Amino acid sequence: MAQPAVNPFYAGRRRRNAIAKGLALAATLFGLGWLVLVLGVLLYEGLGGLSLSVFTEMTPPPGAAGGLLNAIVGSLILTVLAVLIGTPIGVLAGTYLAEYGRHDKLSSVVRFINDILLSAPSIVVGLFIYEVMVAPMGHFSGWAGAVALAVIVIPVVVRTTEDMLTLLPDTLREAAASIGLPRAHMIVRIAYRAARAGIVTGILLAIARISGETAPLLFTALNNQFWSTNMNAPMPSLPVVIFQFALSPYEEWQKLAWTGALLITVTVLALSIIARSLTSARKSS
Amino acid sequence: MTLNGTGARAGEAASRAAVLKRLRVSDTIFHGLTRAAAILVLLLLSGVIGSLVIGAAPALGTFGFSFFVTETWNPVTEKFGALAPIYGTLVTSIIAMVIAVPVGLMIAFFLTELCPGWLRRPIGIAIELLAGIPSIIYGIWGLFVFAPFLQKYVQPLLIDTFENVPLLSSLFEGPPYGIGMLTAGLILAIMVLPFVTSISRDVFDAVPPVLKEAAYGVGCTTWEVFRHVILPFTRVGVIGGFMLGLGRALGETMAVTFVIGNAHKISASILAPGTTISASIANEFTEAVGDLYTSSLVALGLILFFITFVVLSLARYMLLRLKQREG
Repeated sequence: MAQPAVNPFYAGRRRRNAIAKGLALAATLFGLGWLVLVLGVLLYEGLGGLSLSVFTEMTPPPGAAGGLLNAIVGSLILTVLAVLIGTPIGVLAGTYLAEYGRHDKLSSVVRFINDILLSAPSIVVGLFIYEVMVAPMGHFSGWAGAVALAVIVIPVVVRTTEDMLTLLPDTLREAAASIGLPRAHMIVRIAYRAARAGIVTGILLAIARISGETAPLLFTALNNQFWSTNMNAPMPSLPVVIFQFALSPYEEWQKLAWTGALLITVTVLALSIIARSLTSARKSS
Repeated sequence: MTLNGTGARAGEAASRAAVLKRLRVSDTIFHGLTRAAAILVLLLLSGVIGSLVIGAAPALGTFGFSFFVTETWNPVTEKFGALAPIYGTLVTSIIAMVIAVPVGLMIAFFLTELCPGWLRRPIGIAIELLAGIPSIIYGIWGLFVFAPFLQKYVQPLLIDTFENVPLLSSLFEGPPYGIGMLTAGLILAIMVLPFVTSISRDVFDAVPPVLKEAAYGVGCTTWEVFRHVILPFTRVGVIGGFMLGLGRALGETMAVTFVIGNAHKISASILAPGTTISASIANEFTEAVGDLYTSSLVALGLILFFITFVVLSLARYMLLRLKQREG
């Protein structure tokens, strides 16, 4: 820019550069704009319907006021059970990949399959559980919903557990082996402790992932208009209630759907922020 | 882990042997447990495939190959064909990728090359939050906010603008419903954008600084470094990222179900309502009466799983290749 007479060739290159930079900035603002738009509308619509009755009353019949209590409790039960079923399996499988079979054939196949499961469409998981649980049992049930969510939890936990264990220095393992500690003890007493923050992060991310999942619950846990803690009966959950209420013509239902959507989003965002701060705290220490 | 108690007394040696045996047993058990869990992951996938194949068998047996090429979807006469959902899935995903890929690349370009250091992390996190928002939120937002907006402002404009342009006029034809394939595609674009962005950013970050510095050294502009050094170097990884995004777009259910309109019809106009594989399943599965109807929906699920499996495998393969090259 300092030169008085600019070669047109250089000017063209510089112009193209400026345009590209401008486009990149515009693209970023565009991307962030959506986040602001989605969250803004969600806050506006959701906060408007937020009141104590949301947490104390059951989902109402059409055209009446009510709350989301049974859906919230149903979601909590399903999530807790899914985590209880999915986490041990996920942690153990991740342990195998990182500790016992780091380089064997089984591990490379499992790793590949796990990555596929990680991004497989969740509605397919719903179909799978429908075929193996709902159809043989003859009815929709809370158990089927919890297992469907657990199938989504497993790959997330496998992946993070393996990653976090692989990050540990091998000297740690060698030191444990040199004092005669068997492998299982080394893993449980030392490796798990050293990688704890990372593994917990994985579990939190898995919870974040399933707390908004709707598709796998549609034909496993189904829905329930009433209070239910019976795992053998259809069970209500927040996402499915939102789905049903949002598509209904009743204004009260639509309002509750927005409030439910806000609750889910706040939960999910809080979980992912906590998970993120856990790992970054570990990195900086 | 051999017994090493040569100098010890016999009793001590025996108890030591017992302890060692116990340790060895628990080690074996733990090894077995982890291995079983790893195998369970394999069984999950084979279970998914197996159950879908068994569930889809009646429909595929009845309709044969015509299931894939028939548009009819009639629960009353029990005639089912998957062409309309397959078409809708592909069209909405293509719309999503056409928008998300260039935008995502440019955001990654901004984040890795242009953005001041203190802004990189917050913007990166914000983009990833966009990925964390559950799809049902996009669905309800799309239905109540985005679709009415499109119906009121964007779609009439598109219809008027392209009214007299051949080809494009049929692409943007018909009454502005608000909901439809275009709306679904746009929402998918927003959902896929963070995936494309974060993977592109990661692979751009992995470019050795020496390469960039050399290019800057011979006088390249930032854009030229990006276009002629970074992009060619990371091509495989970037394409892998696209595929991963595409896999997500293909299988996305809730966001699409809200805004697609659920019409088993192939229309030339992308403003018209349509359906996708996942939206058909979500909308109709619990209401499906009769084995053939249910089985046809499961067959749709099988097709979806097959398509995403291929796309995701390709994505993983390409990302793996990039990683291996990095060493």
